[in-house]
Amino acid sequence: MFHRESGYFKTSYQADMALYPLPIAKYTIWAFLAIFFVACPMLLDEYHLSIINLVAIAVVGVLGLNILVGYTGQISIGHAAFMSVGAYTAANLATKLDLPFWLTVPLGGLMAAFIGILVGIPSLRIKGLYLAIATLAAQFIIEWIINHTPSISGGVAASIEMPRPVFFGMELANQAELYYFLMFIMVIAIIGALNLVRSRIGRSFIAVRDQEIAAEIIGINVFKTKLIAFAVSSFYAGVCGVMYTYYLGIANYENFQLITSIDYLAMVIIGGLGSILGSIFGAAFITMLPIVIRLWMEAFGSIFVDDAALAQVIAQFRLIIFGGLIIVFLVVEPDGLAKLWQNIRNYFRTWPFSY
Amino acid sequence: MNHLKTGLLMAGMVAGVATMATSAVQAKTLIVGMACDRTGPTQSVGVVLCPAYHDYVKLINSKGGVMGNKVKVIEIDTQYKVPASVEAYQRFKKEGAVVVALWGTPMTQAITPNLNADHIPGTSPGFGTAAAANGEKYPYLFPMAASYWSQAGAAVTFAKQELGGDMKGKKIAFIFYDNPAGREPLPVLDKLAKMEGFELKKFAIPPPGVEMKVQVQDIVRRYRADFVISHLFGKGPAVHIKEFKRMGFPLKKVLSFVWGAGESDINGAGGWAKAQGYNALNFAGVGSDYAILDEIKAMYKAQGKDGPKQMVNSVYYNRGILAAAVHLKAMEMAIKAKGSGDITGEDVQKGFLAIKDFRLDGILPPLDFTELDHEGGGWARVFRVEGDGFVPAGDWLRGYRDVVIEMLKAE
Repeated sequence: MFHRESGYFKTSYQADMALYPLPIAKYTIWAFLAIFFVACPMLLDEYHLSIINLVAIAVVGVLGLNILVGYTGQISIGHAAFMSVGAYTAANLATKLDLPFWLTVPLGGLMAAFIGILVGIPSLRIKGLYLAIATLAAQFIIEWIINHTPSISGGVAASIEMPRPVFFGMELANQAELYYFLMFIMVIAIIGALNLVRSRIGRSFIAVRDQEIAAEIIGINVFKTKLIAFAVSSFYAGVCGVMYTYYLGIANYENFQLITSIDYLAMVIIGGLGSILGSIFGAAFITMLPIVIRLWMEAFGSIFVDDAALAQVIAQFRLIIFGGLIIVFLVVEPDGLAKLWQNIRNYFRTWPFSY
Repeated sequence: MNHLKTGLLMAGMVAGVATMATSAVQAKTLIVGMACDRTGPTQSVGVVLCPAYHDYVKLINSKGGVMGNKVKVIEIDTQYKVPASVEAYQRFKKEGAVVVALWGTPMTQAITPNLNADHIPGTSPGFGTAAAANGEKYPYLFPMAASYWSQAGAAVTFAKQELGGDMKGKKIAFIFYDNPAGREPLPVLDKLAKMEGFELKKFAIPPPGVEMKVQVQDIVRRYRADFVISHLFGKGPAVHIKEFKRMGFPLKKVLSFVWGAGESDINGAGGWAKAQGYNALNFAGVGSDYAILDEIKAMYKAQGKDGPKQMVNSVYYNRGILAAAVHLKAMEMAIKAKGSGDITGEDVQKGFLAIKDFRLDGILPPLDFTELDHEGGGWARVFRVEGDGFVPAGDWLRGYRDVVIEMLKAE
């Protein structure tokens, strides 16, 4: 963040496109890895790890939705349905065929990608809000199919108990063990997304988003690009669903209803459309903000009222503060938290000699 | 100045010694975790049930706590969301909760594996899966109230009474919300239909479960049902009362499961006058005519306040009392067995199993937990709308217990 670029000259396109253009960025990455893979599991207790686990799961889902909505400009409110596809695929594979997690995770993603392509087909003809309604239909159709097909849903309760992931004979059951599992998938997902968006495909996503006709004129197959976007996005959603399933130990479609889709859309918008970093910020912000508000209110509220009354106050005020903060952040920076972060960075880039 | 300093020092030391002395004899604070929904889709229940829980705990604490140990409730509003509930559960665990009150079927399912791993008993009265009542499979989950299977058994028993003791060839309509919870009673009903020889027809109400004109018309006009059993949620129960009324169907022949039993449902249907005769199952007593509720009112009065306003919704209020009473009873049993307030989740789990015939002056059915049966017996009681309130239509009952137990074992 607080580093200087002077003295580093890029002499090739490759250097310009590099993920870390400066040596310090590389050290930052190592530092982050050390913090999250060594320090966090050692220093934090299970409760705090469980919060990070929830964020890690959300990050993968938000990355997927951001690729579709933020990078390709196709609005989807059926994201949660793709998660449920991944979740049930993995749960069925893990319980019926005893497949290990390193197969169920990608296979759950692939199944979701396949369904995503089917749902993406109308995107050739319909755009914007109309497409949103088409994906909404997908949300309900997928939900209904899972709900009414016992061979998928595993019976009348529509939930399948999932075995814990097993890593070289070790069952990953507690929060710390699952933390590594989820973080590992999250890191792969982030690296994948970072590389995708700076590839030819990623650039064609952006071209389609910015001006479809222009993109077609410069030789981009718009339909194919959109379908790829749907496939990649759904793949991420599917993986997110599988992570959920392993984490909770149960596949249940009620975790993946319309409200979840809306939540993820909110994470994308607050984090920053078309930004990988924004996806991480958005997921962390929406997941952790209600918790932080509550902890804060618990600490100070007990001075004024007793526990029972406080519970009611917290429940109501938390919603107000949560909504208010979202509005504040979006008014301060409509392009989301990622842009806010960039502004801070840019300020310090030239500090103290900014003019 | 110096005097002041010494004075303060002395005062501090005295205070310190005093706190040390009290903490030596002071009993433990027992922690309860309660997941609640005050702002989500089931808030109409949560805003009554959760304060009731707090009221009961306050009452017990004002009397000195559970065998001298104060109880502290940590409530977290989960908004009926799974991630929030998972976070809430981890928080309860961190705070050292000896029992947790869960809320909502998907959340209960998500947390159940953790309960067994962490040895913390959790309760899910009126939701969660019916199969979870099998204590041999889920030792740390206590539905502690009639599951949908038991409710189906009770409903058929009541229908049989109302139809004069013989159901052969009678037409029973089952109208239900088309989700897993809604479909759960079906296997029991199918079985009982064969056993009792009645005809069962199912009418599914698709989500969001508030549009059911066609189905009700079908039941009343085409199928001409002799008795209707309904299993709806949210605004659904109010709507179906209205629709049956409009079709001229006698509401005396309609029996709802437990989530269509609230005062709010009657108000939603247009008030008591419009719902005369409507029956609903309950797993806790209905009305304010119980000794324990008088005690709570008296406690409020002693503090110079009016009684809790949530008590108007006696159905959900009393369910909150049920949850609190059973939790605290289980703790009491655990403390008795252990001889001190230093109890863990494991002790409380055994405490639940030690509860025998717990009535709390009639607001509860005779709850009785066993290794296999974590429902507490699967008791339910029908309350009927008469005049300006609910009146009991018969005593506590449990129908076809053998069938339900058999299914529990089969799962």
